[in-house]
Amino acid sequence: MKKNLFPRELEHEAIYILREVAAQFEKPAILFSGGKDSITLVRLAQKAFHPVRIPFPLLHIDTGHNFPETIEFRDWLVKETGAELIVRYVQDTIDQGKVQEETGKYASRNVLQTQTLLDAINELKLDACIGGARRDEEKARAKERVFSIRDAFGQWDSKKQRPELFGMLNGKIAVGENVRVFPISNWTELDVWNYIREEKLDIPSIYFSHEREIIERDGLYWPYSDYLNTSAEEIPFKKKVRFRTVGDMTCTAAVLSEAGMLDQVIDEILSATISERGARIDDKRSEAAMESRKKEGYF
Amino acid sequence: MDILRITTAGSVDDGKSTLIGRLLYDTRSITRDKLEAIEAASKRKGFDFTDLSLLTDGLIAEREQGITIDVAHIYFSTSTRKYIIADSPGHVEYTRNMITGASNASVSLILIDARKGVIEQTKRHFYIASLLRIKHVVVCINKMDLAGFDQKVFENIKRDFEAMVVKVGFEGQEVKFIPLAAREGDNIVFSSVKMPWYKDETLLEFLENISVAADNINAPARFPVQYVVRPHTDEFHDFRGYAGKVESGSFAKGEEVMVLPSLRSSKIKSIHNYTEEKEEVLAKESVVITLDDEADISRGNMLIKCTDGFTQLTGLNATICWMDESPGAEGKIFFLQHGPNRVKAKITTVGGILDIHSLETNTDKKVFQLNDIGDIVLKLAKPVFADLYVSNTANGSFILIDEFNNNTVAVGFVR
Ligand SMILES: Nc1nc2c(ncn2[C@@H]2O[C@H](COP(=O)(O)OP(=O)(O)O)[C@@H](O)[C@H]2O)c(=O)[nH]1
Repeated sequence: MKKNLFPRELEHEAIYILREVAAQFEKPAILFSGGKDSITLVRLAQKAFHPVRIPFPLLHIDTGHNFPETIEFRDWLVKETGAELIVRYVQDTIDQGKVQEETGKYASRNVLQTQTLLDAINELKLDACIGGARRDEEKARAKERVFSIRDAFGQWDSKKQRPELFGMLNGKIAVGENVRVFPISNWTELDVWNYIREEKLDIPSIYFSHEREIIERDGLYWPYSDYLNTSAEEIPFKKKVRFRTVGDMTCTAAVLSEAGMLDQVIDEILSATISERGARIDDKRSEAAMESRKKEGYF
Repeated sequence: MDILRITTAGSVDDGKSTLIGRLLYDTRSITRDKLEAIEAASKRKGFDFTDLSLLTDGLIAEREQGITIDVAHIYFSTSTRKYIIADSPGHVEYTRNMITGASNASVSLILIDARKGVIEQTKRHFYIASLLRIKHVVVCINKMDLAGFDQKVFENIKRDFEAMVVKVGFEGQEVKFIPLAAREGDNIVFSSVKMPWYKDETLLEFLENISVAADNINAPARFPVQYVVRPHTDEFHDFRGYAGKVESGSFAKGEEVMVLPSLRSSKIKSIHNYTEEKEEVLAKESVVITLDDEADISRGNMLIKCTDGFTQLTGLNATICWMDESPGAEGKIFFLQHGPNRVKAKITTVGGILDIHSLETNTDKKVFQLNDIGDIVLKLAKPVFADLYVSNTANGSFILIDEFNNNTVAVGFVR
């Protein structure tokens, strides 16, 4: 078994950042998606404040299109850690008429969840939202700060980002502003996996090989579900697959895989030829997709 | 596994993005979909080669202008270590970005176009690396293919640069020179067959062999308290832990410590990393420390070893770099953030501002504009316990925050 592949310095840095959040903000929350990055955040928060329980609630923006395995896992983790869970539903935002359900074959609620998140931030008066985004995920994220300042509309302005020097974090904000915090900014996908292995963290079962109904579209395997708008030609078939990221069932592609154990998953990632975000259908829409969404207040 | 943090500097078109792209490509850090994307983009632009510089191009505005304007972070690893590159733009109007990138780095890569040699910008890049006390500087003399792979060209540039090292560098700094052709990958990961006269390490070999043990580990021990951990549960009823990250030096269980600013002494009862108890903690590690007695300690206080000295500063001299659009001048009041400690501070004197072209200080200039570097005296409303930057970079730096708009307006180095 491979040892010490995870650079511990990254953990020390992330814990430092989480403690700065607890000290500098009144009402922070962890944005919890049920994916491996937010699971990592939960462990880091446990470590940062032990023996005190995680002093922030977990906020889950539920699109209603989740993998059932993710929800099951979320509820288990909340019990296990004693953390507080807050759920807000995209369906409610739709019912309130604030956003409209997308139509067509690429319809997804991925973009809609931004409004639900902004509403939750206002309602709960959150001044800091801790997210699991990493700079290696995507080009526009490569320039993201650890403390990313957002205006009252949740918008990100690349020109207004504060310089971060020597690890010093400036979380002073005006009323109405809030901060997105990214403690694992400097981690890569592989760092996260090695951390999960070395910390023996539990993760949802969809990260491991399992048999699932899928369809093929645009060269990617899409999980078949009631939420996916399919045409008559798109006939579901069964394959052994796993997922590299956990998003909505409408925008997360599966990879064919036999990897049933963590070590096998990591080996597959090491030899993989498609980067993690390549399996996020939402990013394929355009080259500058992520940056445009971020400007509008996306995670 | 350890981490090597690198900052890059070079003028536009010296080949910085290409060099980084090469490092990624030749260490097989590029996934197929990313490679396909830049191959397609290169074709669209009519190139007959794959433009690896496209890998690191970031924001929309930059793609439009075709230049890098912010600090981008790039990651790759080898079986030896993980690398984090802070890729910052080299032009004078981005001095603040360069300083930001350099503040977290232990290696600086300075690019030179072999046809141009040492130019004004090169001097500035080396000045910044030295101001920030970056110990390892790699001078990458690039585009050697356009200089006939000529050893003389390399030696001449090296000699010019060394003359500057004598003036601007500091003792203990290591400056390495490597001739490169980034587009073809010569001497980046693989030795160049075109330059058999260069028998030394390639860029990657050099990076792999740098020792990353924190310089601050031998400095006096400093532990700024970030957060007080008080469980109030039955199980941990009397637990009172001080959470923080050791800035420099080390602490061990049982050691005598002093609390600043109260000057009370105590003893380390235990050191915790989550559920694990530790005997010792080193610089850069985040832990929770408990003491023998119930001292009244809060965020912004600092634990030091009784055997180490310290300085209490109610005023300080510093070199700063101005990072904001609105100017800074004598009489202005800010928040000074030193580690987790924040105090009000007033600029009482501006000693002068560096002429970034001649690298001489102009004592007649008193107002800081964006990107200006200069010397100031600050008066503090409450004391801080900082070290000189040259003796302890972690505890000798601070930022200034605007009272009204909360922006980080400057970074400072205690002198
Ligand atoms: N001939 C030659 N061209 C190079 C070399 N390195 C980079 N270039 C070219 O120089 C131009 C500028 O490179 P780029 O990496 O974008 O420079 P940057 O502005 O410093 O990031 C591009 O057209 C590169 O293809 C080299 O070693 N030899």
